[in-house]
Amino acid sequence: MTFLTIEHLEKSFGPTRVVKDFSLSVEKGEFVSFLGPSGCGKTTVLRMVAGFETPTSGTIRIDGKDVTHLRPNQRSIGMVFQAYALFPNLTVAENVAFGLKVKGVGGEERARRVQEMLQMIGLPDLGARYPFQLSGGQQQRVALARALAPRPQVLLLDEPLSALDAKIRVSLRAQIREIQRDLGITTIFVTHDQEEALSISDRVAVMYGGIAEQIGRPFEIYNRPATRFVAEFVGQLNRIEAAVLDPNAGRVRIGHQEVALSRPLPAGERVTLACRPEAVSLGAAPGRDLILPAEITEVDFLGAVIRVKAKAGLSTLSLDTFNRPDQPPPQPGDRVQVSLAPADLLVLEG
Amino acid sequence: MTVQDLSPRAPVAGPVPGSLPAPGPGRRFRPNLASPKVWSWIAFVLGLLYFFLPLIGMFEFSLRARRGEYSFDAYRNVLSDPQFVATFSYSVVMALCTIVLGVLIVAPTAFWVRLKLPWLRPYVEFVTLLPLVIPPIVIVFGYIRLYNTSSWLPMTGTAMGTNILLMFGYATLSLPYMYRAVDTGLRTIDVGTLTEAAQSLGAGWGTILGRIILPNVLVSILSGAFLTFAIVIGEYVLAALLNRPAFGPYMVWMGGNRAYEPAALAVIAFTITWACMGLIQLATRLSKHNRVERR
Repeated sequence: MTFLTIEHLEKSFGPTRVVKDFSLSVEKGEFVSFLGPSGCGKTTVLRMVAGFETPTSGTIRIDGKDVTHLRPNQRSIGMVFQAYALFPNLTVAENVAFGLKVKGVGGEERARRVQEMLQMIGLPDLGARYPFQLSGGQQQRVALARALAPRPQVLLLDEPLSALDAKIRVSLRAQIREIQRDLGITTIFVTHDQEEALSISDRVAVMYGGIAEQIGRPFEIYNRPATRFVAEFVGQLNRIEAAVLDPNAGRVRIGHQEVALSRPLPAGERVTLACRPEAVSLGAAPGRDLILPAEITEVDFLGAVIRVKAKAGLSTLSLDTFNRPDQPPPQPGDRVQVSLAPADLLVLEG
Repeated sequence: MTVQDLSPRAPVAGPVPGSLPAPGPGRRFRPNLASPKVWSWIAFVLGLLYFFLPLIGMFEFSLRARRGEYSFDAYRNVLSDPQFVATFSYSVVMALCTIVLGVLIVAPTAFWVRLKLPWLRPYVEFVTLLPLVIPPIVIVFGYIRLYNTSSWLPMTGTAMGTNILLMFGYATLSLPYMYRAVDTGLRTIDVGTLTEAAQSLGAGWGTILGRIILPNVLVSILSGAFLTFAIVIGEYVLAALLNRPAFGPYMVWMGGNRAYEPAALAVIAFTITWACMGLIQLATRLSKHNRVERR
């Protein structure tokens, strides 16, 4: 059942429309990420759900109740900010207790709930500390506990991991997901980091220019991007220029090979195709019938993975191979063959 | 071929600029007057003398009430004067009321301007600076003209009304200091995000201001409060022209009628001002989250 419904949401600042006809339905307990570059409107949508911005038009419903024009403190939402936003004058325990106190939860129940929250975030002994005595990761965990303590209906996370270093980000995002699953709380997570969005979410809304370009499961977003922007923004992409032979039958020529794609093509003489690095193999590979001669131009040894760039005709293809200790990596200048399956080729339109 | 060592560690021939030459046999120690450091010290000492000599002289004079020896007679006379107690108590009460009024006006205004109306800030700052350029005598004559007994709001008709008027006057005079102190405090915290965080937790404006914003700018409010206190205790023009029994007019009256007591009063007034400044420092140190932060 849909728990959070956003319908035809619009927001303009002066003459600038920053959110255009944004609609989204979120199930109860679902984790949805808004992914997009800076200025795409993802934070504005989140702030409208929180009540910090008033929509120009459209409606927001939480559990069937229209909250579009309710004040933020009447919406039963919990929010975690990029800058932690812990109250500097209050200790960790007082920060977590703040929402409960505002709600009028009694002293004993409040203390029990605070301890439960601190236990949940793995900081049971830091209740007496002040925010500045904590690391960034600890502060953000306290901010999460504070947001969850009053048991909000919806949890909003506004780039909560952006200010943290890489290692903490990975561990904290796993912790956020675990807590969210345990509590079954409906969550919206805003990020510009695609790996974060793909790894943590039930669904991802990719936004660009105030529009939701595609809303879908991470697997769909990555493997079946609906628009050129989604294809280019999410993950790495190899572009291959091809000549269109028969648009209705999806026949194209790449280099000297004719390839039949599984879908009709837009009218025109040329088309840009794309594929992910993992769809390209070094040398011939079973099921990958499209074989192109190429020259290695760059080799990046990343440890477990070796990222290779190879020039095939006019296109430079990026591909990943696993490191094998018994087999040295190819060298720039080596002449090789690369292979890919026509079914893995995406057509970039627009 | 010789190589010249141009590294920073290379010994420099001759005296190092700014250093004093070592006194050798048969040479007298002479400070290097070309050094900027020497001039800095001279300026500093001159400044100290400029500020402290009159105070020392005044203090010394206040101790000479008894002929031929130093004593605290002048202080004793002042402190035992019932008028001193009455006027000082009156001014203290007025100062406290002014502080409350000032905080009630300035804190929500500065908070709101910072949060919702940042474009209004230059105008508000300009308004708060006006008391520095408009003399108190203009303000008080304005008050008298507007609120005299034949006006639509005859506040000067009663003692309480005049007291309230005086408090408003004091609040106006201390506005530049109070506003700046609070605004500086607000600048040190992320007002917008803290407010939104509190709102998302269900807090209303009163809770946000009282439990989040004010405690975080408490030190700034206290410094504004102590400055207000010092202004009110020494203020003369408003109190004299509104004919209120304040400490300022008492000091002036004392100055015209006694010899040593005015100097003693001035020392007491200075002590109060410095005590206020000391209290600002103390408040900063005692503020729990600030205290731990400095470690």
